[in-house]
Amino acid sequence: MSVPLAKLPCPAYRCLQTLKLNILPLCAARWSSTSVVPRITTHYTIYPRDKDKRWEGVSMERFAEEADVVIVGAGPAGLSAAVRLKQLAAEREKDIRVCLVEKAAQIGAHTLSGACLDPGAFKELFPDWKEKGAPLNTPVTEDRFGILTEKYRIPVPILPGLPMNNHGNYIVRLGHLVTWMGEQAEALGVEVYPGYAAAEVLFHEDGSVKGIATNDVGIQKDGAPKTTFERGLELHAKVTIFAEGCHGHLAKQLYKKFNLRADCDTQTYGIGLKEVGLDYQNPYLSPFREFQRWKHHPSIQPTLEGGKRIAYGARALNEGGFQSIPKLTFPGGLLIGCSPGFMNVPKIKGTHTAMKSGSLAAESIFSQLTNENLQSKTIGLHVTEYEDNLKKSWVWKELYSVRNIRPSCHGILGLYGGMIYTGIFYWILRGMEPWTLKHKGSDSAQLRPAKDCTPIEYPKPDGKISFDLLSSVALSGTNHEHDQPAHLTLKDDSIPVNRNLAVYDGPEQRFCPAGVYEFVPLEQGDGFRLQINAQNCVHCKTCDIKDPSQNINWVVPEGGGGPAYNGM
Amino acid sequence: MAELRALVAVKRVIDFAVKIRVKPDKTGVVTDGVKHSMNPFCEIAVEEAVRLKEKKLVKEVIAVSCGPVQCQETIRTALAMGADRGIHVEVPAAEADRVGPLQVARVLAKLAEREKVDLVLLGKQAIDDDCNQTGQMTAGLLDWPQGTFASQVTLEGAKLKVEREIDGGLETLRLKLPAVVTTDLRLNEPRYATLPNIMKAKKKKIEVIKASDLGVDLSSKLTVVSVEDPPQRTAGVKVETTEDLVAKLKEVGRI
Repeated sequence: MSVPLAKLPCPAYRCLQTLKLNILPLCAARWSSTSVVPRITTHYTIYPRDKDKRWEGVSMERFAEEADVVIVGAGPAGLSAAVRLKQLAAEREKDIRVCLVEKAAQIGAHTLSGACLDPGAFKELFPDWKEKGAPLNTPVTEDRFGILTEKYRIPVPILPGLPMNNHGNYIVRLGHLVTWMGEQAEALGVEVYPGYAAAEVLFHEDGSVKGIATNDVGIQKDGAPKTTFERGLELHAKVTIFAEGCHGHLAKQLYKKFNLRADCDTQTYGIGLKEVGLDYQNPYLSPFREFQRWKHHPSIQPTLEGGKRIAYGARALNEGGFQSIPKLTFPGGLLIGCSPGFMNVPKIKGTHTAMKSGSLAAESIFSQLTNENLQSKTIGLHVTEYEDNLKKSWVWKELYSVRNIRPSCHGILGLYGGMIYTGIFYWILRGMEPWTLKHKGSDSAQLRPAKDCTPIEYPKPDGKISFDLLSSVALSGTNHEHDQPAHLTLKDDSIPVNRNLAVYDGPEQRFCPAGVYEFVPLEQGDGFRLQINAQNCVHCKTCDIKDPSQNINWVVPEGGGGPAYNGM
Repeated sequence: MAELRALVAVKRVIDFAVKIRVKPDKTGVVTDGVKHSMNPFCEIAVEEAVRLKEKKLVKEVIAVSCGPVQCQETIRTALAMGADRGIHVEVPAAEADRVGPLQVARVLAKLAEREKVDLVLLGKQAIDDDCNQTGQMTAGLLDWPQGTFASQVTLEGAKLKVEREIDGGLETLRLKLPAVVTTDLRLNEPRYATLPNIMKAKKKKIEVIKASDLGVDLSSKLTVVSVEDPPQRTAGVKVETTEDLVAKLKEVGRI
């Protein structure tokens, strides 16, 4: 409603301003929901600072550093790429500057996995791993696979050639392995910067990726600047490698910008607790409580009895496999590791393929960097050879051969159908069947409304083998600077109560393994509001994946925050 | 007065958010692979020193830490916050447990004399041992005045006005320089060690020396006998009447 101010006498003008600024917005809110929605999200990605009065006059200038390659994420993939780049640089006596940023305060602190490592790619990268003391200390001696019914266990034979066979593999504490890889990377001259999160992708004018910017620091919880406010650093590179792991937040933006998912299935996920598939339909399901219940199964409980709970963590993982791999390269950058998702689901391993993808990326990038006759159409280099080389490698063959196993479990016979399918088409025919089964759709679309489902009665934790959520979260060592905008941002603050709670009984209060989302009663009147306990977040990304309204957008908090896993 | 030099001592401790676990052999707590960071009170001390430098009252800020090789990361953070150079007094990891406030105080006293500093700044206590002794012992060994639990520090010519947090309220002291100051929570809000500064800090010098180079004996007369978890809290019991309460208290032998 706009009326030329010059036409109004003063008192009318004041009245109109009051109406415009105060009453009309409130009326609009009242008409669209049953109560005024308390403001939850304050993050600048939802409320830009250039329109925010509190930021007037604050200098938003950023310094920049130039590197040859910038890598986002110091997990197995990112570190493999970094190490391979420096190995090649040493071999060919060419100096390249490689910078690696990682949101965890120390390398390995945000790493969580089983983990049973297929050491092929690792040994290729580090032939002298034993002399250098890499923590591969526990070779697998025996495999046991079974299907659990409510009280019993049906053993399933693991024949050689089945993907679950672990002969030649090692049980590792992936966090420690990653820490060791970080030390190797630093020794080779990679600039490793833990405690600094990549918060923004930067672009050249021609649309190619220019690099990343690290997170700003010193912003209050309500979004206003603190006296300690400082902008992040821009890191420019000829090629930026995105190795954020499963469901990375920058990768999410890149998928949209470069339309990388045009020809692939949606990604589907599990949550490693381990492991509960995220394509469940009952909104009353709580992965954390399912895990507690599992520990009490008669075939599992004896192994755990007498033990002491010393750690806890959770992370989402990819289960989409071959069908869900997006385009991997774009001008100025590429995706490696669990971010695009190379996990071999029936084998339950993704670390080996992640490492190989990192190595291949490094080799492809290096050949472009050292090519004196390179004619690039964009300032940021487009390293298409990486995707070509990956498609020629064992990674592709392996993922192709197991591509139909998980989708085959979605038929009428369920898991048994999947096993029959695996027996025939994988074990005997090695995955050569000409068809490719598709996934059901995104995990967030699978939830059925709460009224169509039955609430699940979970048993109380016994404090010895099963535990309550909050004491478990404390063991993850997670913490965030409390006075910062919540990094679990909502595109629309009214949706959690008006849709998620109303239709699905608020599944976020159940699927978050860290108790971040709570529906608390309003201080006045009936109804609830969503309370976000951002400090508890363990960076698992489940909420961004499973929110039925896809309203939650996980962004990176101030670097250094998050879990403090030790060898998880 | 930009001729003043400051020595800031920083300690690398287990991060405050981490759940501490006692080692199964009860000789200490698990530290391997556990997240460590700079002691929060030491961060405040570094911040204060850097602010004095920015006000041009102090010419040079030297950051020092005693411990195993990982201490250099902590010194690097202090350099990123604005310290000019660092000194790492290296102590092998096996002996690090026996280095307590008295040993560190001996080191700091010798360094303060060697570097000819006018001000020694430390955090009031470390969050791992909560000793609250190092600053005081350093001042004693140097025979320098001390202002502990500082919530405000002002330079007045050749004197230092220190406002201290004490049980009854605030106490203001005027100290002649050189002096020792330990910092309390309300003194300042430390700045972030941002990435451009971490990169610059890589070029700043960290001198690595041993305690024996300073002529300091790190031996301790204290031995840790055992470290145990605090007793588990048992559930409370609700009673209906005062008589029940008295009976229950008699039952558990409390009265």
